[in-house]
Amino acid sequence: MSDVLLKVSDVSVTIPTEQGTVHAVDDATFSINKREVFSLIGESGSGKSILGQAIMRLLPPNAMFSGKVELEGMEISALSEKEMQKVRGKTVASIAQNPYLAMNPGIRVGTQVAEPMQAHLGISKEDAKSRTCRALKYFDIIPPEVREREYPFQYSGGMLQRAMVAMGTAADPELIIADEPTKGVDVLKKRNIAAIFQKVASDGCAFLLITHDVGFARAMSDRIAVNYCGQIIEIAEKEPFFKEPLHPYSQALLGAVPERGMHPIPGPSPSMIEVPEGCRFHPRCPHKTDRCLTNPPVVEINGRFVRCWMYA
Amino acid sequence: MLNEYFIRRVLYLIPVLIFISFMSFSLIYIAPGDPAEIMMTSPSGGYDEAAVEAFRIAHGLDQPFYIQYFNWLKNAAVGDFGYSYMSEQSVFETVLNAFKNTLKLSVLALAIALVIAIPFGVVSALKHNTIVDDACRFGALLGVSMPNFWQAYLMIIFFSVIVHWLPASGFGHGTDIRYMILPAAVLGTGAAAVMMRMIRSSMLDVMGKEYIQTARGKGLSEKIVIIRHALKNALVPVITVIGLSIGFLLNGSVVVETIFGWSGIGNLVVDSILSHDYMMVQGSVLFVAVIFLLINFFVDLVYVWANPEIRYDKTS
Ligand SMILES: Nc1ncnc2c1ncn2[C@@H]1O[C@H](COP(=O)(O)OP(=O)(O)OP(=O)(O)O)[C@@H](O)[C@H]1O
Ligand code: SF4
Ligand SMILES: [Mg+2]
Repeated sequence: MSDVLLKVSDVSVTIPTEQGTVHAVDDATFSINKREVFSLIGESGSGKSILGQAIMRLLPPNAMFSGKVELEGMEISALSEKEMQKVRGKTVASIAQNPYLAMNPGIRVGTQVAEPMQAHLGISKEDAKSRTCRALKYFDIIPPEVREREYPFQYSGGMLQRAMVAMGTAADPELIIADEPTKGVDVLKKRNIAAIFQKVASDGCAFLLITHDVGFARAMSDRIAVNYCGQIIEIAEKEPFFKEPLHPYSQALLGAVPERGMHPIPGPSPSMIEVPEGCRFHPRCPHKTDRCLTNPPVVEINGRFVRCWMYA
Repeated sequence: MLNEYFIRRVLYLIPVLIFISFMSFSLIYIAPGDPAEIMMTSPSGGYDEAAVEAFRIAHGLDQPFYIQYFNWLKNAAVGDFGYSYMSEQSVFETVLNAFKNTLKLSVLALAIALVIAIPFGVVSALKHNTIVDDACRFGALLGVSMPNFWQAYLMIIFFSVIVHWLPASGFGHGTDIRYMILPAAVLGTGAAAVMMRMIRSSMLDVMGKEYIQTARGKGLSEKIVIIRHALKNALVPVITVIGLSIGFLLNGSVVVETIFGWSGIGNLVVDSILSHDYMMVQGSVLFVAVIFLLINFFVDLVYVWANPEIRYDKTS
């Protein structure tokens, strides 16, 4: 197990709100290996982004965290904020969804791309500048010496997307957390994003892809985790997962994609505040039995994990 | 980079300047009374027709209105605003001297305003909805709603009468900073209150932006995130308010200048109106209006400069 990069154990996050406590992440346990592309899929509001923020330790200030996150064997969930700053952007970086929102409109792109280098690599301003130009060029932002001095609004959407990837990878992180990289983009742009990510992945960087785009996850990933109502309910290698999803929710989710006839999942999405008792999927599950009203165990089958009584 | 946009803005100034000069000059005709009669009236109330006529001719008041205006404008263009009817001194020099005094006060007041408004506005935003924020907002509300004259007297009572730290009023030859502190503080705190509220809401807005979270995600310290990524963007919309405050400060506060006996432009305008010193009124009003115009012009330029998106749009 020496090639485990990220190990997440029993992580839970709750957020108190005026409506009640949001159980955004419950008992998340999984690991990502070095150079692995790991996707977290699941419907909107199921807690995917919060899990990503919990790893980066950038949760909303009032969120309550419990559990353990280890990165390269170091327990980053126990670090002080100051020590954590040395990890963010250096070992684990994040890439946001919308580059126009994620980049500062008032700062030159080159300066923003150089920031992680200057913060973590201890290099001079000149070195950072030439490295930035190299990074921009690597992602086809040319001529880099000119583009480096421009502001985000002067970039096209695709180019800014690439600049954002250049910024995320500026300090050579081991792991990138990308949250909804393909939300609201057309097929062509999606292909471009896939190509850039594959380029970064082939350089040896591991990914945690957070997405509700099943097709994108399928194209990119080595392994898939499915999130439902704050819980990871299945983790599997890509091929067997798409061939034979085990969890009833995974089955329903895959049945809902266009290629499989777009059968919608019956019933409403659960509340994240008053979560269903026992198995959180039971109100919508066609296979539910009486025992489903108690918490299902996480069962391991041939290296896959599934949280369901059917396999217990 | 400063090309067409700059030139266009400068060209816009010309018609506005002409309009302002016309309005300032016309004041004399809108105001009640005939300057020659008023000037030549003896303290007992009577006046000598011949002397009034002589005064009219001497000051060109017998000419048609438009000739008077053009003569005045022609001279004003080379900095000659005529002479005071009262003191016989050059209007331009008198106005300039008064303006210098107001400028000194304004610079200090602005510094006080910024030193108060920026940190308190930022802290208020960062600690929003806490007791710290409430205290800051209460202070700002007090600053906005407390009339300047009242604040001035409170400060005089405390700093001059009770603790004897600062002089109550006076001019100190315009060089002794001790005389400037109280009036500048009154002006500065008033301006600070408005700016602080703007900075708070602008900063709150920026801190909620996604790029702030991105900056944190790069491993930058919270201090750098706030100063480099948030504060600069948060101050851009505040530029307009700061510029407006500068404009008001430079036009001199009549209330504050009167209470503290400061010989600034506010006092000069009021004194010359009260004493029917028409040339002085025209000159000082024009001066004040031009200053206001120029400040606005510079604020626009700064705003464009601070806003890359507008800058590139306007200049390329
Ligand atoms: N700052 C916050 N305060 C309170 N509740 C929050 C906050 N951020 C998220 N939540 C709640 O936490 C739950 C999980 O949100 P999260 O953003 O992780 O969902 P998601 O799976 O990423 O959804 P999406 O696909 O829409 O991005 C949701 O119910 C959301 O309403
Ligand atoms: S535990 Fe029961 S209700 Fe839940 S998914 Fe499995 S069968 Fe369905
Ligand atoms: Mg999300």
